[in-house]
Amino acid sequence: MSYQVTIILTGVLTAASCALIGSFLVLRRLSLVGDAISHTVVLGIVLAALLTGGITGIPTLIGATVVGVLTVVLVELVTRSGLVKEDAAIGLVFPALFALGVLLISRYASNVHLDVEHVLYGEIAYTPFDTFVVAGWDLGPRALWTLGGIGLLDLLFVLGFYKELKLATFDSALAAALGLSPAVIHYALMFVVSLTTVGAFDAVGAVLVVALLIVPPSTAYLLTDRLAAMLALSVIAGAVSAVGGYALARLLDASIAGSMATATGALFALAFLFSPRHGLVTRQLRAAQQRRRFAVDLLLEHLRRSERETQADIEEEFGWSSGQARRVIRDATRRGLLNPAGDRLSLTEAGRSAAASAGRI
Amino acid sequence: MRALVELENVSFGYGEARVIEDVSLRLDSGQYAALVGPSGAGKTTLLKLVLGMLDATQGEVRVGGRPLRDRPPARVGYVPQLETVDWNFPMTVEEVVLLGRIRRSWRWPWASREDRRCVRQVLEQLGIDSLSRHHIRNLSGGQQQRVFLARALVAEPDLLVLDEPTTGVDARTVDSVLHLLASLNRKGITILMTTHDLNAVAAHVPWAICLNRRLIAQGTPEEVFTEEILSETYEGEMLVLRQDGMLFVHQKPHGHAYSDVMSEVLSNE
Repeated sequence: MSYQVTIILTGVLTAASCALIGSFLVLRRLSLVGDAISHTVVLGIVLAALLTGGITGIPTLIGATVVGVLTVVLVELVTRSGLVKEDAAIGLVFPALFALGVLLISRYASNVHLDVEHVLYGEIAYTPFDTFVVAGWDLGPRALWTLGGIGLLDLLFVLGFYKELKLATFDSALAAALGLSPAVIHYALMFVVSLTTVGAFDAVGAVLVVALLIVPPSTAYLLTDRLAAMLALSVIAGAVSAVGGYALARLLDASIAGSMATATGALFALAFLFSPRHGLVTRQLRAAQQRRRFAVDLLLEHLRRSERETQADIEEEFGWSSGQARRVIRDATRRGLLNPAGDRLSLTEAGRSAAASAGRI
Repeated sequence: MRALVELENVSFGYGEARVIEDVSLRLDSGQYAALVGPSGAGKTTLLKLVLGMLDATQGEVRVGGRPLRDRPPARVGYVPQLETVDWNFPMTVEEVVLLGRIRRSWRWPWASREDRRCVRQVLEQLGIDSLSRHHIRNLSGGQQQRVFLARALVAEPDLLVLDEPTTGVDARTVDSVLHLLASLNRKGITILMTTHDLNAVAAHVPWAICLNRRLIAQGTPEEVFTEEILSETYEGEMLVLRQDGMLFVHQKPHGHAYSDVMSEVLSNE
């Protein structure tokens, strides 16, 4: 497999699995918990590395998920004490665990071939060289195997417990009343988030994982009103960001992780401005269109009562500027509601019936 | 009559912070009861105990003759307070209602034909089938209430538990919701709801339970809506008027005698 394809595939797998799981974080208002987990798993990786001497394979995954879930448990314990609010609890727990991780890396890293840069910023460019060799057989890049496995697990988790996740996310009270433990679902989700985050490390590192977890789902959230569609769009947005980010990195000769995160942001900005229903620009356009339609209706209704007026009469009647009046008359003429000829305005047949039906409202 | 819900000396919370204290209560199959009391009286907590969302710190809660600890009550429908719902969640009316089928549906992530048929039927019954593809953010207060009622009904419940179904909707909607509940009750569904609207209870609900951490009284509104019982429940003066068999309750402003407030208002003019 070529070098480039491996990197792009790694990026796509990472972004897609983060986006899928991240959707539930966004909907459960746990975006910051995702951020916290993505940082604290560093401690798990370091601890596993100190125990086994390497940063790949099963021990790392176990170490990282244990610390990830531990983060959530600690945040909850601190919050439940009633002395600290939840956002502050996250702010207390995650730097503490993360700092401990950084401390351990800087103190013992030389013993275990672990470097801070790699953990914090990821090193997707090296993934093609670390291959998975079993009994002398080269099975291709190890990252692809790991990420493929994690992505598959995420997919099975979401498909297998789709209804439960949906219910517990939307209404945990009903879930509890129906005997589905919201706490179990919550921790299962946090477990999967931790696992996915560790998987994403190779590609983007601890600092930028949160961009992949949160931004594509937020983009999808703006584009649809259905959960299933949101999940699908979020995965697509993630994958497109990965490909686009790689292209951007090549173009600028810049960090691949940084470019991927930038690409997620660019997609979000597009959705934010142009989403069909909620986009800022779309909403403005729709409002402007409504104003224009209303102005035409107003004009028609007026002409129905008093025909053969000039543009000047209209300006005076409605207090429009001449530019405004000209635009409204042009709109109405284009829609075939006004006779185009002459200074005096008169309704066409279509204009008359449109005015009659608009007047009724 | 078969007892559907039984609370035996139930308390929740510890020491000073007891939200519910030593409540014994029995709801028979087919009853339609309203739980009234001031804010912070433990009404929602009591509902959560019945639903098995909270475990009693003392005493025992039984639903359908079984202690809740053993198994969650499967045939219970629950309508939450509308203000607790995330109305921007990406879901249509149909999807929200389908959630109620979760225990009766199959394992696959999508809804079965049977699920959809049942949802359609209940939506028709409640007169909101035309909304099934609408997003939940585009609903009026009365429609929101009906959607969540539909979600409770698709589970084909024996017991329907509603938290404040009369809050946040206009007077006409309160009326239509309570009529709807009465007609469901006639079909055999037992109903327990909380409300602040004592007059609506007096007009529409056959059984009232007055709660203020402890059980103050229960009975028909005629029996329990007396100035004495309501003043004890609400820890303030309550005015009860009876005329032509109708009951009208008015809460006097807290901490002031009614005449004081009136004279203050008049002197300001």
